[in-house]
Amino acid sequence: MKALALAIVVLVGGLLVSATVDFPDWADPNSPASRHVSPRYIEKTMEETSVPNIVTAVLADYRGYDTMFETAVVFTAGVACFLLLRRREPRPGPSRVYRHRATGVIVEMNRVPDKEPSPDVFKRIDDDWTPHDLIVMNVCRLLIPFIQLFALYVIAHGHHSPGGGFQGGVILGASVILMALSWDLRTAMLRMKETATGLMSAMGVFIYAGVGALALALGGNFLDYAALSPLLRVDPVAARSLGIFFVEVGVGLAVMATMVLIYKNLASEGRLDQGL
Amino acid sequence: MIWQIDLAVLLLVVICAVGALAVKDLMGAAILFGAYSFLMCILWAVMGAVDVAFTEASVGAGVSTVFFVAAVFRTSRRTKD
Amino acid sequence: MEEYIPLLLTKYNYWVYITLMMIGLWAMIAKNNLVKKIVGMNIFQTAIILFYVSIGAKYGGTIPIIQHGPGHGHGAAQIKALAYINPLPHVLMLTAIVVSVATLGVALALVIKIHRRHRTLEEDEILEQLRES
Repeated sequence: MKALALAIVVLVGGLLVSATVDFPDWADPNSPASRHVSPRYIEKTMEETSVPNIVTAVLADYRGYDTMFETAVVFTAGVACFLLLRRREPRPGPSRVYRHRATGVIVEMNRVPDKEPSPDVFKRIDDDWTPHDLIVMNVCRLLIPFIQLFALYVIAHGHHSPGGGFQGGVILGASVILMALSWDLRTAMLRMKETATGLMSAMGVFIYAGVGALALALGGNFLDYAALSPLLRVDPVAARSLGIFFVEVGVGLAVMATMVLIYKNLASEGRLDQGL
Repeated sequence: MIWQIDLAVLLLVVICAVGALAVKDLMGAAILFGAYSFLMCILWAVMGAVDVAFTEASVGAGVSTVFFVAAVFRTSRRTKD
Repeated sequence: MEEYIPLLLTKYNYWVYITLMMIGLWAMIAKNNLVKKIVGMNIFQTAIILFYVSIGAKYGGTIPIIQHGPGHGHGAAQIKALAYINPLPHVLMLTAIVVSVATLGVALALVIKIHRRHRTLEEDEILEQLRES
């Protein structure tokens, strides 16, 4: 198998290297890719959408239909992960592990208690991963609000600086994942429940498609944000800029919820009781 | 673009890729893959693709490393090759 | 020999990308462990994304964010396409990266599912178990 793989790799690699002789020089400003289509976008984007970041404008406006289905692919991946892994039956072995908050003593019960002990006295902890690190927990607790604020800034400021719905959504999801890593999965689940992740990821795709359908209802083409200008009471150019913001919010919501959903299912093998 | 930085990062990227595949511990492979993603992000920042670099820094080096660690933690770290 | 030196200087980036791509392809075919195969798949993916992004690079170009005056729609009267890096490959690859992390999640979910049934991640051991049953 290894010899066959090596033969295939050497053959394909040799073919590709011999093909590079015909390529334009690396970073050549006059290469065909940079000469035909892209100057039109670079020169007209500011005039047509008033968005300085060309990448955001092309992503959410000129190429919005494609990005809508990219968001749908992310949502589908989250649903696929959920359907593959999620299971309802509890973990085998009825043991439960608790930490006495005042003394730090770990108590293991070899059966499920009839009545949960008060969480102010005994805190339930994961039975395979039980370090209690005050510094990590509290530093992460201080950091998470700032991470989320930064994520919202990235989503909202994607017009003028690098960023946008995908990046901001991933950072927002990462802040929830950080909570699950530094505290435990149950704490993160209290803040963001399973139904919330499912609803939010579907809602993100719905917002995106809904903005497109709204443009359709107001007499424009699907995802033609200039048609939203009578509704938003601004001129068509500013309406395109605002429309990009609306779909970015949808993208951010869908990506954030999907990342959290995939992480929860992977880290707990679909039981959603205890994670890493 | 400064070709010295470019060449050094390209070399490190190849080393990280080979290392992630050669190491005999899946947790180590996950972490080396995170390093690979981060070096890739530097490469894109050098090329001026700031949006792509930002996405790779948050997605490749952040979330996918966590996914790998979670999956390896839930399965096994053992590998034969 | 003399004529190969300019070729090396202008094309060596492409050759490194092809090397990375082939490392990923080799891992996908020859590696025995499923997680290693997924790492190989991701290396292959990022190498292709790297190649695409490099198509848009320009010597002497700046990042594709237009310099403009304060407020919306002011300034930036004269925009020269040569001064900015080609943004189109960036747009195409930005979504590809996010989709790649989604597919990575699905792949790892399948790995966990396989491990749940066969208690191993090695391809040959799984095939042996399937042959026995």
